[in-house]
Amino acid sequence: MSDLSRRKLITTGLAATAGALGLGVSARIAQRYGLIPPDHGGIYGLGETLTYASQRLLTRHSLAREFRSSQISKPPFANEIPPLNEAFKRLQAGGFADWRLSVNGLVARPASFSLDQLKSYPSHSQITQLQCEEGWSYIAEWNGVPLSHVLEIVGVHPQARYVVYFSIDPEWWESIDMADGLHPQTFLAYGMNGSELPVGNGGPLRVRLPRQLGYKSVKYITQLTVTDSLKGFGKGLGSASPEGGYAWYAGI
Amino acid sequence: MISHPRFYWGETGNVLTQPLFKLPIPASRALVPTGYGYVLPDQNGWSRYLHFQAAWAVVLTGLLYLISGLFTGHFWRNLLPRRADLSWRPFSIAIANHLRFKRPSEAEAWSYNVLQRLTYLFVIFVLFPLAIWTGLAMSPAFVSAVPATVTVLGGQQSARTIHFFVSLFLLLFLLVHVVMVCTAGFRSRMRAMILGRAGTRMERT
Repeated sequence: MSDLSRRKLITTGLAATAGALGLGVSARIAQRYGLIPPDHGGIYGLGETLTYASQRLLTRHSLAREFRSSQISKPPFANEIPPLNEAFKRLQAGGFADWRLSVNGLVARPASFSLDQLKSYPSHSQITQLQCEEGWSYIAEWNGVPLSHVLEIVGVHPQARYVVYFSIDPEWWESIDMADGLHPQTFLAYGMNGSELPVGNGGPLRVRLPRQLGYKSVKYITQLTVTDSLKGFGKGLGSASPEGGYAWYAGI
Repeated sequence: MISHPRFYWGETGNVLTQPLFKLPIPASRALVPTGYGYVLPDQNGWSRYLHFQAAWAVVLTGLLYLISGLFTGHFWRNLLPRRADLSWRPFSIAIANHLRFKRPSEAEAWSYNVLQRLTYLFVIFVLFPLAIWTGLAMSPAFVSAVPATVTVLGGQQSARTIHFFVSLFLLLFLLVHVVMVCTAGFRSRMRAMILGRAGTRMERT
C-alpha cells in the first residue's frame, strides 16, 4: 500500500474536513433563506432539499407557461374525486350559497369569504397546464382571484412563511411557501373555461398552483391558515402528501 | 410509468385523448383503462423520492466525471475511436468476437475496442444528457424559468415519451454491460474498474 502516501492522506483529510464544514455552513445559510423543505428528514431528505433549494433560487419569480386558447384540452379531464362527504353534499344542495372560505393565522384581520365575495374581486384568468404526478396532463383556462389578493385583504404579518390550505375533505390539506403564496399565478379558482368550476375539477373552489404538480392544487378549499412554522400541522411534514409518502414540494 | 402506462406526443395527454402507444400492463390507478381487471398497488410516493434523489446523484457524479475526463484526457485517449478503428475491419472483428463470446486477449483487456468506445460515448454524451434534459422538461417549476427546455421538444408529454425510451436504452446498456463484464471475467473486470488495473497483471494487490 505504498501508493497511499502521507501527502495523499493529508490532502484527503483536509478535503473531507472542508467538505463537512462547507455542508454545515450551507445548511445554516439554507435554513436562513428558507431553502429547507419541511420533509427534509429521512433517507430522501437530501435529494428533496437540493431540489427545493435549487428551484426556489431559480424560480422565485418565474411564470408558469401559458398557452393559447386553441390549446385548451377538450373535454377537460376530471380526475378521480374522493367520495364527497355529507358536509359537501349539504352545501352542494344549497347551490354552494353557504360555502365559506375562512382565513386565519398570522393575519391582521381574520375573515370568512363567501363565493360571491371572492367573485366580486377583480377576476383573473390563466391558460395553464395541470400536470399530475401519475403522468397525464390537460390544459384549461382557470378563472379566479389571485391568492395574493385575498392575503392582502386580510393583512399578512411580516413573519409569515407558509400558507396552509384545507379541503372540505379532512384528509386533504397542503401548504406552500410565501414565494408561491404571493406568486401572481397562484389562484383561488372558481371558474374553468369560462363557466363555473365543475365539481369533478374541484368546484366550487380550488387552489391553482401551475408551477407544481396537480396534487398541490387542492380541490374544495374551505380554509387558509397563514403561519411561520409548519410544526403544528399534522405530523409537521408540511402537508398530507409527505404523510402519505409524497414530496411536499412538487415543482419537481 | 405504471400509474399511467400510456404515452403521448405533444403538450397534453390523458385517458380522454388518443395515446401514441400503451404498455400492455395493468396500472396502479383505477382510472386508467388497461383492459386488466385489477389495479396494481401504488408505489409512487417513495419511488418518486428515490428517483429524484438518484437524479441528483447522477447529475453531481456525472459532472465530476465530465470535468475529470476533460482534464485527464480520458475521453480523447480512451473513448474517441482511434484512426485505425475507422474502417469496417475493426468493426467486423469486434462484432464477430462479441457474437462468439470470445474473452478479450491480454492486449485488448487494456483498452476499449471500437464498439465499446462508440457505445460509451453514446451513453455519456447522448443518453445521460438526454435523460436529464427530458427530466427537467417535465418539471413545471424548472420550465417556468427555462421554457425552451420543453418547447423545443414539442411539449411536456413528448418529453415524457423520450424520457421513457432513453431510460429503456440505459437499462439495456446496463444489462448488456453486466453480462459482458461477467463473460469477460467478473473478478478481473471488477478489479480493473475499481482499482484501475487490469486483472491479467497480478502486482501489489
